[in-house]
Amino acid sequence: MSEKSINIKVKVWRQSDAKDKGRFETYDVSNVSTGSSFLEMMDAMNEDLVNSGKEPVAFDHDCREGICGMCSMYINGRAHGPDTLIPTCQLHMRKFTDGQTITVEPWRSKGFPVIKDLIVDRTAFDKILHAGGFISINTGNAPDANAIPVNKVDSDLAMDAAACIGCGACVATCKNSSALLFVSAKVSHLALLPQGKIEAARRAKAMVAVMDDLGFGSCSNTGACEMECPKGISLSNIARLNREYLVANVVD
Amino acid sequence: MAVLNSKVPEGPVHLKWSNYKENQNLVNPANKRKLDIIVVGTGLIGASAAASFAEMGFKVKAFCYQDSPRRAHSIAAQGGINAAKNYPNDGDSIYRLFYDTVKGGDYRARESNVYRLAEVSNEIIDQAVANGVPFARDYGGYLANRSFGGALVSRTFYARGQTGQQLLLGAYSGLNRQIALGNVTMYNRSEMMDLVIVDGRARGIVTRDMLTGKIESHFAHAVVLGTGGYGNVFFLSTNAMGSNGSAVWKAYKKGAFFADPAFVQIHPTCIPVHGDAQSKLTLMSESLRNDGRIWVPNKLEDAAAIREGKLKPTQIDEKDRDYYLERRYPAFGNLVPRDVASRAAKERCDAGFGVGTGQAVYLDFKASIERLGQHVIEDRYGNLFLMYEKIVDENPYKTPMMIYPAIHYTMGGTWVDYELQSTIPGLFVGGEANFSDHGANRLGASALMQGLADGYFVLPYTIQSYLADQITIARMNPADTPEFKKAEDEVNTYINKLMNVKGTESVDSLHKRLGKIMWEHVGMARNKEGLEKAITLIKELRKEFWEKVRIPGKAESLNVELEKANRVADFLELGELMARDGLLRKESCGGHFREEYQTEEGEALRRDDEFMFVGAWEYTGPDSEPILHKEELKYEAIEVKVRNYKK
Ligand SMILES: Cc1cc2nc3c(=O)[nH]c(=O)nc-3n(C[C@H](O)[C@H](O)[C@H](O)COP(=O)(O)OP(=O)(O)OC[C@H]3O[C@@H](n4cnc5c(N)ncnc54)[C@H](O)[C@@H]3O)c2cc1C
Ligand code: SF4
Ligand code: FES
Repeated sequence: MSEKSINIKVKVWRQSDAKDKGRFETYDVSNVSTGSSFLEMMDAMNEDLVNSGKEPVAFDHDCREGICGMCSMYINGRAHGPDTLIPTCQLHMRKFTDGQTITVEPWRSKGFPVIKDLIVDRTAFDKILHAGGFISINTGNAPDANAIPVNKVDSDLAMDAAACIGCGACVATCKNSSALLFVSAKVSHLALLPQGKIEAARRAKAMVAVMDDLGFGSCSNTGACEMECPKGISLSNIARLNREYLVANVVD
Repeated sequence: MAVLNSKVPEGPVHLKWSNYKENQNLVNPANKRKLDIIVVGTGLIGASAAASFAEMGFKVKAFCYQDSPRRAHSIAAQGGINAAKNYPNDGDSIYRLFYDTVKGGDYRARESNVYRLAEVSNEIIDQAVANGVPFARDYGGYLANRSFGGALVSRTFYARGQTGQQLLLGAYSGLNRQIALGNVTMYNRSEMMDLVIVDGRARGIVTRDMLTGKIESHFAHAVVLGTGGYGNVFFLSTNAMGSNGSAVWKAYKKGAFFADPAFVQIHPTCIPVHGDAQSKLTLMSESLRNDGRIWVPNKLEDAAAIREGKLKPTQIDEKDRDYYLERRYPAFGNLVPRDVASRAAKERCDAGFGVGTGQAVYLDFKASIERLGQHVIEDRYGNLFLMYEKIVDENPYKTPMMIYPAIHYTMGGTWVDYELQSTIPGLFVGGEANFSDHGANRLGASALMQGLADGYFVLPYTIQSYLADQITIARMNPADTPEFKKAEDEVNTYINKLMNVKGTESVDSLHKRLGKIMWEHVGMARNKEGLEKAITLIKELRKEFWEKVRIPGKAESLNVELEKANRVADFLELGELMARDGLLRKESCGGHFREEYQTEEGEALRRDDEFMFVGAWEYTGPDSEPILHKEELKYEAIEVKVRNYKK
C-alpha cells in the first residue's frame, strides 16, 4: 500500500442545464494521492473551482460505499471507469498515472437525459419498477418467515440478482441503450422466490412494456452490460426474463 | 416534568402495546381518503411507513433528497437485522432481546418502547420475507442467523453483507406499488426546508426543489420525519455524504424538543483515515467480529517497526500479539458492544501499540480461514472483503484488515412519546431521527429493526389515533394560508442570506473544521474543559461561516454548494447543543465517555442517582440558551445493573 502523489488533467463534460448544448472543459488537478478515491479527486478539483469563484462540476453521489447506485460517471470511455465490479465511488486513483488526461462524461442515453454536468435523470428506472417490481402484499399479512422454505440455490441466485444498485451503467454501456439487464435483474430476483413466483409472468410483461415506452432500445445480446455492471449481474437473468415474458404471452 | 408526557400505557410491560392497540381510536375508511400524511425520508422508516399508510387508505406525499427513494442511506447497512425468532433454539426470546437492548443502551432508553420494539421484531422478518427479501438460508431452505455484539444468542438475519439494501428494496417495492396505485405522490430531489405549524399543530412543510431551486409548500394533516441521523456533524463518518440533521433541526427550532444529542455511536470497525483528502469513512460490518480476531502487537518496538514498514503483521508470532478484547472481556471477547470495543482500540493506540498510521488495529481472519476454509469466509463476507481490497489495495484473506473507530450512528434525536409523536402535536418522528430505543448506545443490527418497527408496525397504529380527531379539518390550500406564506418567505430570506455572504471559503473547508472540533472535543472521550472549549470554538466558527462562506452559482437552479451550505449551517448549531448536552451529563454511559467518570480499570462510570433521565432540550431563540427538560427513566421489568461484559 505504497501511495504516491500524481498530477493529472481532467477533461470533463460541462452542461448548465438540459437545454444547454454542453462542452468539455479541462482542469489541472495536482498532488492527488493515489490512495484517494476518484470522487475525492473530483472533490479536490471542485474545491479549486470554488476557490476561484467558479461553479463546481455537479455529479451525483451519496453513500460512497458502492451501494446506493447514485454515482454515475463515464470515465475514459467506460462506465464507472477502468476497474471491474465497482461503481465510480469505489474507483481509486492508483488506477491512473502521473500526467494522464482523464475524460469524464455523463451517462449518455435517450432514457437518461442530462440534467446538469454529470448528473442525469434516471427516474425512468423507478417508472419501470412502478409497473410491477414488487410482490402484491400489504403490511401485516405475512405468514411466519420460515413457513415457506426456499431452496438455498434459488435463494442465492435471487440474492445475486437483487444486488443490482440501479446505477444505469448497463444502459450507458449498451450501444442500443437497452435497460434489459436492469429489468431482468428485478424480474429474476422475484421470480426465483416462491413469494414472487405467482406474479412473475405478469410482472415481466408489464415492466418490459414500460421499458419500451420510455425509449430504451432493444437487446442484441452483445453482453457489454454484464462486463461493466458494478455488481456482476449476469446475462443469465436476461434468459430468465425472456422465459417469463414468453409465458406471459402464451397465457394471453 | 410536567412538560414531557411520554404517554406510556398502563399495565405490565408485556401488555402495554396490546392494551394500546385495543383501546386506540380508529379512522373509518371513507374518512381516511380525506386525510393527508407527509412522510419526509424514504429510508427504512420512511418507505415502510409511507407504503403502510397508503395501503390503509390515507393519501401520502413522500420526499427524499436523492434522485430515487431507493437510494436512502439505509441502503448502506451491511450486517443484519435482529429479531427474537429463536430459530436456532439457543434460548432467545422477546424478553431477552428487550433485556439486551436496554442493557446495551446502558439503561438510558425508555423501557416500554424497547419492549414494543422486541415484540414486533418477529413480524418484521415475516414481512420482509413476504416482500421478497432474499435473506441467507441453510441447505434445508430455512433462514440462517449470525451473532452481533452485545448478545450471547444468534438472532441476526442477514442478506450477505447487504442487509440494508435488501430490506430497503423490500420496503421500496411496497412504496412503488402504492405510487403506481396513485396513493403515494413521490417527490424526489426535494429537500425539506421548514416545518409549518398552524394553530399549534404540524400541518405541512416547505421544500426546495433541488433541480429548479423552486420553494414549494405542502399541506398534510400530520407530518412524519424519517430523515435519519446527524453523524455528519463530524464531517467524517460512515454516513452517506448527504445525510444531515436539517429536518429535525428545523423542527427543533419550531418547538420539537431534541433529546440526548450527545449520544453518538462510534463504530469500532471502519477502514482507517488515509489522508487529508478523505471524504468519508467506510464501515466494515460488525458481523466480521464473528470470525475475525482483533489484536495489536504486545511489544512497542514491534508496533513501531510495523508503522515504519519494517515488519509485516503476518511476521508477528502468536505470543507477541495482544488480543486485547479477548484478554479484557473473556465472556464476550471480540463481540463486546461497540462503545466498549471502540474505547479499547483507542486505549491501545494512545498507548503506542497502534499500527498503520498509528491509528489502527488489526482484524484478523487467519484462524477462521484455517478452521472453516476460505470459501466459507467468502460466502459470508465476500463483498466486504472485495470492498476492503478496492479501497486499501491489500488482500484481507492474506493479511489482516486494519480498522479504527469512526462516527457511525446517532442515538439522540427528536424527543418522542410512546406514540412517536414529538412535542409538536401532529409531528411524528421515527427511525434514526428520533431518540427513543437505543439509550446511550445502540446494539448492532438494531437500527434496521427499529426503522422497520416504527414504519410498518408502530406508526400505522399511533398516527391513526391522532388522525381520528382530525377528520373535521379540511385540506388547506397553502397559497391562501398565511402560515405557509410566512414560512415560504422565511425560507427565501434565509437562502438569500446564504447566497449573499459571498465570502472566500468553501462549505467543505468550513465543515471540515467543524468536524475537527467535534472529533477532538465531543468525540470518543470527552471532558469538561474540552466540551467548554468546543462550545466557544463552534460559536466562533459559526460566526465565521456567516461571514466567509462562498456559494457560486444561482439559488434558482441545481446548486450543490447551496445544498451543502444549508446543512452545514444547521450542523454548526447542532454541534453546540451536542457539546452542551455532553457537558451536562457528568457521567459516562454508552457512547458518552467523560474522562472524569471512569473506574480504576478505565471502564465507564454511570451515575444512575443523578442521570437516569432523558435530557430533552427546548429551543428558546438564536441568542438565548436552550432549556433542559428531564424525562425520568423508570425500569420496572428489568433490574438495573452495571454493564459487565467480562463474565
Ligand atoms: C455503513 C452503515 C452500515 C450500517 N449497518 C447496519 C446494520 O447492519 N444493521 C443495523 O441495524 N443498522 C445499520 N446501520 C444503521 C442504519 O443503517 C441506519 O440507522 C438506518 O438505516 C437509518 O434509517 P432511517 O430510515 O432512519 O434513515 P435513512 O435511511 O438515513 O433515510 C433518511 C431519508 O431522509 C431523507 N432526508 C434526509 N434529510 C432530508 C431533508 N432535509 N429533506 C428531504 N428528505 C430528507 C433522505 O433522502 C432519506 O430518504 C448502518 C449504518 C451505516 C452508515
Ligand atoms: S444491472 Fe448492473 S449496471 Fe445495470 S443498473 Fe443494475 S447494477 Fe447498474
Ligand atoms: S456513491 Fe453510492 S454507489 Fe457510488
